[in-house]
Amino acid sequence: MLKDITLGQYFPGNSFIHRLDPRTKLMCTIVYIAALFVAKSYVTYGILLLMLCLSVAVSRIKPSALLKGLKPLALIIVFTAILNLFYIKGGKELVSFWVLSITTEGIKTALFMVFRIMMLITGTFLLTYTTTPMALTDGLEIILNPLKKIHVPVHEFAMMMSIALRFIPTLIEEADKITNAQKARGADFETGKLTERAKALLPLLVPLFVSAFRRADELAIAMESRCYHGGEGRTRMKKLSMKASDFITIFASLVFLTGIIVLVQFGF
Amino acid sequence: MSSIIQVKDVVFRYEGEEEPVLNKTTLEIEQGAFVVILGHNGSGKSTLAKHLNGILTPDEGSIFVDGMDTRDYEKLLDIRRTVGMVFQNPDNQMVASVVEDDVAFAPENLGLPPDEIRARVDEALKLVDMYEYRLHAPHLLSGGQKQRVAIAGVIAMRPRCIVLDEPTAMLDPAGRHEVIGTIKRLCRMNGITIVLITHHMNEAIDADRVFVMSNGKVVSEGTPKEVFSNVESLKAEGLTVPDTAELLYELKLAGFEFPAGTLTVEECARAISSALK
Amino acid sequence: MPIIKTEALTHVYSKGSPFESVALENINIEIAQGEFVGLIGHTGSGKSTFVQHLNGLLLPTNGRVLMDGADINSSKKLRHEIRFKVGLVFQYPEYQLFEETVYKDISFGPRNMKLSKQEIDERVREAAGFVGVPESLFEKSPLEISGGQKRRVAIAGVIAMRPDVLILDEPTAGLDPEGCESILNNISDYRRATGATIILVSHSMEDIAKISERLIVFDGGHIVMDDSPMEVFSQADRLRSIGLDVPVVTDIATRLRELSIYVPECCYTVSQLRDAILSLKKGGSSC
Repeated sequence: MLKDITLGQYFPGNSFIHRLDPRTKLMCTIVYIAALFVAKSYVTYGILLLMLCLSVAVSRIKPSALLKGLKPLALIIVFTAILNLFYIKGGKELVSFWVLSITTEGIKTALFMVFRIMMLITGTFLLTYTTTPMALTDGLEIILNPLKKIHVPVHEFAMMMSIALRFIPTLIEEADKITNAQKARGADFETGKLTERAKALLPLLVPLFVSAFRRADELAIAMESRCYHGGEGRTRMKKLSMKASDFITIFASLVFLTGIIVLVQFGF
Repeated sequence: MSSIIQVKDVVFRYEGEEEPVLNKTTLEIEQGAFVVILGHNGSGKSTLAKHLNGILTPDEGSIFVDGMDTRDYEKLLDIRRTVGMVFQNPDNQMVASVVEDDVAFAPENLGLPPDEIRARVDEALKLVDMYEYRLHAPHLLSGGQKQRVAIAGVIAMRPRCIVLDEPTAMLDPAGRHEVIGTIKRLCRMNGITIVLITHHMNEAIDADRVFVMSNGKVVSEGTPKEVFSNVESLKAEGLTVPDTAELLYELKLAGFEFPAGTLTVEECARAISSALK
Repeated sequence: MPIIKTEALTHVYSKGSPFESVALENINIEIAQGEFVGLIGHTGSGKSTFVQHLNGLLLPTNGRVLMDGADINSSKKLRHEIRFKVGLVFQYPEYQLFEETVYKDISFGPRNMKLSKQEIDERVREAAGFVGVPESLFEKSPLEISGGQKRRVAIAGVIAMRPDVLILDEPTAGLDPEGCESILNNISDYRRATGATIILVSHSMEDIAKISERLIVFDGGHIVMDDSPMEVFSQADRLRSIGLDVPVVTDIATRLRELSIYVPECCYTVSQLRDAILSLKKGGSSC
């Protein structure tokens, strides 16, 4: 169950999208998210969905891998859908019982919300699947670099983020192991009242925290042993460089966003 | 041969503890040698390891790495690039999610130009036979492979010495062979000094020099043949000897006579054969 | 009737996905009450998957696991109870300690069994005694004791459930020689005192050679050998071909035979080979 979490995973490849500069991909993702929030109609959502599918096809990431990433969030998606379904009133009333009723507007909003969440997640997953965490945080570090002037610890922040991403699979594996070990001693994680179940998580959480601290300690020593001394004087093996394809991609994505805004303005 | 590390009368206590972990430890490690440090859990061997590249510094006594005092803060980076360190748990010493990025970590910290880093990373990965895995995610590798990547991450600093603190403790036999084979090769072919800390006696058989630690002191040192011929004193330190030495020792107790210093299976079998004939 | 029996046990991970992999295939095995079984195989051979089936942590993709003749997965109740009958000590078990005190941690299993306070107390003391955890440690935090002691406390936590079958996955990994030996002795003592069935998973051929009576060898999700240690270790080449070692003593014995010193094939521990050589010197030959 925990193994389904694919957050921060990288799928090695050499597609057009894999080769783009991480800064380009970050900006395109931001533009894409902005467009998602601007979109209001079947037409605009349709265009965005088409764009997403096209990007996935170009990236050669298996769609099943992307959909798998949605699985842990299924509950949230279903919850949002139900909430919108009953809460939004408008249009024709289709079914009604007690205080609840479902309207055409409700169905439409619920559908849009579900698509918005799913497309948002899939889009950002496409970013992390095609970009190594190292490149991603490097890109972020450069984009945020101006903040160093006002003493924001940008390098430390980026380093923390890349280490966190690196350790996600390790900690997930560990959580699985501890869960099994406690189950072997008769721990019950699945039944009981909510308060009991929360309490039942202690045998999992305590060892997980202890181990995370131990790992952090050992990692710090290992990093120091490899001459880590902060961001100062540090160089990078893979220097990020924007190529012509990067500028074209960013330009295209901005044009695309403008197009969506114009469509929305004209009532689509 | 000249020595690369000199440890002299080192005393060290962890904060808030009364008993010193290192209690007048003295040893010298020769450039290019394959050195093994043995000791039971809590004998102070891991604490000593952390002293060899200035992670810890002695309360009393001194440690010199290639002539540099480990307490000299100005020299810290030079000391750490001279003596690389590999730890027990391979998972807890990898910073990056791609093998080659991880190996690049140390040279990046040293501020080398990108081309130079690339060259060193490729060279290091080839030396440990992991070049074809350079684009893999570390968490999908086997234990032995992870530990070889960790070794590459240290080699990329071009150190003159590598200290390995129980690098095989968490590995299966296949992984153990991979790692020990790799470090022996680095020592013999590339002239890198190896300091291997372990309690697997069999890993010490090919060493040039063995140190046995107990209660923060070096209690015996010598070639493996010398050290392992002293079965009783090793047992008193909570250690064992390789099964070959154990067998010959027990046969000696039963009245057999053997020439001193037999350790490999071949030597052992021949010694028994000539004693019987 | 065997205490544990598997019938055509098969396990497939991530069935139906692109990551599908067969971890166990058609495993049929019987283990008798009181046996001491050693389980060997390289990493990924299926032995860890196998032991997790024996206490119901994993569900078979196909086939059945029987304990005392009853399918352990036939009801939810049995599946829960089996955890107490088949105690499983995982690799590096000290990482699962979580309570404020050693005493409370050892009592976690018995408390989940809903035993009386007095019964729990009795079991905690008994289990601690078996693995050599002194009562002076009971009120200490499991975080502040030494690594070797943590390992003992974790094993005590499983023994305190008084399982009929005790499975240990690499119980000596990472310990120094003295620590290894004393844990192995504790396990032998426990078995002698309780008559429990022991299944020991280990990479150390020397450890396995010293204490098990039967060896089961896994490779690629199959059982490739199931015999006495003597028979298994006499097939050194076959063991090596599946990535396993043989005890050094077996190597010495093989070399001796090549040098026309005919020590019997059944020698795989130092004391056995010593005795064989001594009796050769006297002119006899025995095993």
